[in-house]
Amino acid sequence: MKRTAFAAASAVALACAAPVWAGPQAEVLHWWTSGGEAKSAAVLQQEFADNGGTWTDMPVAGGGGDAAMTALRARVLSGNAPTAVQLKGPAIQEWYEEGVLADISAVAEAEGWADVLPGSIAEHMKCEGKWCAAPVNVHRVDWIWANAAVLEASGIEMPTTWEEFNAAADKLLAAGVTPLAHGGQAWQDATVFEAVALGILGPEDFRKAFVDLDMETLKSGKMVAVFDQMRKMRGYVDANFPGRDWNLATAMVMNGEAAFQIMGDWAKGEFLAAGKEPGKDFLCASVPGDGFLYNVDSFAMFEVDGEDKQAGQDLLAKLIVGPKFQEVFNLNKGSIPARVDVKLDAFDSCAHLSAKDMGESAENGSLLPSYAHGMALRGAQAGAITDVVTAHFNSDMSSDEAVQMLADAVANSM
Amino acid sequence: MSQWLERHIPKMVLAPSFAAVLVFVYGFIIWTAWVSLTRSRLLPKYEIEGLIQYERLFNAPRWDTAMSNLFVFGTLFILISMVLGLMLAILLDQKIRTEGVLRTIYLYPMALSLIVTGTAWKWIMNPGLGIEAMVRGWGFESFTFDWVINPDKAIYAVVIAGVWQASGFVMALFLAGLRGVDGEIIKAAQVDGIPAWRIYTAIIIPSMAPIFLSAFIVLAHLAIKSFDLVIALTGGGPGYATDLPATYMYTMAFSRGDIGQAASSAMVMMAVVFAIIVPYLYSELRAKHD
Repeated sequence: MKRTAFAAASAVALACAAPVWAGPQAEVLHWWTSGGEAKSAAVLQQEFADNGGTWTDMPVAGGGGDAAMTALRARVLSGNAPTAVQLKGPAIQEWYEEGVLADISAVAEAEGWADVLPGSIAEHMKCEGKWCAAPVNVHRVDWIWANAAVLEASGIEMPTTWEEFNAAADKLLAAGVTPLAHGGQAWQDATVFEAVALGILGPEDFRKAFVDLDMETLKSGKMVAVFDQMRKMRGYVDANFPGRDWNLATAMVMNGEAAFQIMGDWAKGEFLAAGKEPGKDFLCASVPGDGFLYNVDSFAMFEVDGEDKQAGQDLLAKLIVGPKFQEVFNLNKGSIPARVDVKLDAFDSCAHLSAKDMGESAENGSLLPSYAHGMALRGAQAGAITDVVTAHFNSDMSSDEAVQMLADAVANSM
Repeated sequence: MSQWLERHIPKMVLAPSFAAVLVFVYGFIIWTAWVSLTRSRLLPKYEIEGLIQYERLFNAPRWDTAMSNLFVFGTLFILISMVLGLMLAILLDQKIRTEGVLRTIYLYPMALSLIVTGTAWKWIMNPGLGIEAMVRGWGFESFTFDWVINPDKAIYAVVIAGVWQASGFVMALFLAGLRGVDGEIIKAAQVDGIPAWRIYTAIIIPSMAPIFLSAFIVLAHLAIKSFDLVIALTGGGPGYATDLPATYMYTMAFSRGDIGQAASSAMVMMAVVFAIIVPYLYSELRAKHD
């Protein structure tokens, strides 16, 4: 009896000690849980399964990724990191510095990522020169959306300078239309702020201010002008804006209550879902000024043990950047593919404009990361800037005061 | 043996929960204090760097707003809830027929979660949907009630919702206190021809001092840990005008990956709680020794 028990125990121990090769495995932590996003995630899941992999889904909804980050922290601290995690921007490097990211350079080089990704986007995917993350898409943040019928009724063209925008807005105010649909949440304030800042500072100073955190630029006269324009924008929103969700603001543009909205291209999904046609019912244009602000979703690969998991990681990375997934996923999500060699025939006119501008701005160096969406700065610094922006927008603070506060807040966040 | 058991069983029964509290409350307080002295960002680090996080905290205008909001919210919330609760209790105490029904109605808000209260009041006070729109619809075009979207007034909107939630509970506490007052004394006073309001101010309310203290302690800790109400009602906005220390801590720890900063704000919050609790404990313990 004793002997059989011993034999059974050792059999179990042996079975545990020598894992059976079970094909590529991937446990994926993400927060694509709502409508179009969930559909997009399912595309990747299906493709992974078609290539013989076993996908363990780990969706954590809530808080725009905050809840997922909390789950990730717990997993990493307990020494059991997921295979791949939806991470973006400097957060990738921040996790790399904690020493938990894997090197996927082998896949990246075999697939020739360096040739198909724009340079500045590829930089986000590297940790000290090695590839550690795979990009999924490129959202453009500095869009201005408009209701075509409202503009026509007031005889307004899509503005190409901020002066034109102000003139158009004043005209709309006089006609009793809310010029700017906006939701008073800190991140939306920051989205409008960075669009204004890009236009007024220009790409070079934008980079100095919001990527390099150069104090001279942050305190410059141009920055005062940015806050002056923000004060004007405050006059163009309706009184009832605090706390409104972005999609409700988009709905205001759709049904003609408001003329413009400044928002990333996820707003396009709302227009399309309501059966509106780009160019006919609604218009899309980049906000006045040069440059292109991107918000790139990506998956960072974590250090995992076991051959099957590493194989899963490599397969996942390969599929994510593969042309098929990039096309299908981005059609669902409203963004454009991160790789530049994907055929855009199935995409709409706004996406074509986005892709064209991305190519041009990549060449002249004005392809810039969005600070408001966590692409340019780490959480603490970006948050400190957003605090000032939203405090200024929601009070009668003067522009000079705001600029001083901005410099102090950035210094204090280090 | 049985005597030994009798003496030690209470200790043995209490030991597990005592050990759990020791680790999960006091242990983690010490852990938080330690982390608050480091430069922890995404994950906790343990190299002590001094008081840098506290310097950053007291330099942050947002923290100033959070603390002054806590002061405004705490004071008004406690004061108004107590006054309203006491008045409701006294009015209910007049031996009226429908007391059971009324008591339940006033106590009901306490059965709701603060998230529900916050969301409901968000809609009620929203100028485009709620009271303002309704009164304007009646023809009073100049009527304005926009506290919830006005950065200078929004914290008072939070007070309204908080008071609505808590005053019924305070009423129940006071009602129990009122019933506990010796009826003989009141009758004696009535025989002496003392007016009813004098009976309340000179006899009943002073004899309820312990109830006031309990109500104060309950309300004070509700105010300090208040988090869900603000999140549901204003989301900390407009801007960060209704931020409280608890929401500040949450933002730093979970949205911004600044754990050191979050830990230091948690320590300051704890100091505020201690400033209220310690005098209370002191007075309680001293009373026992007398």
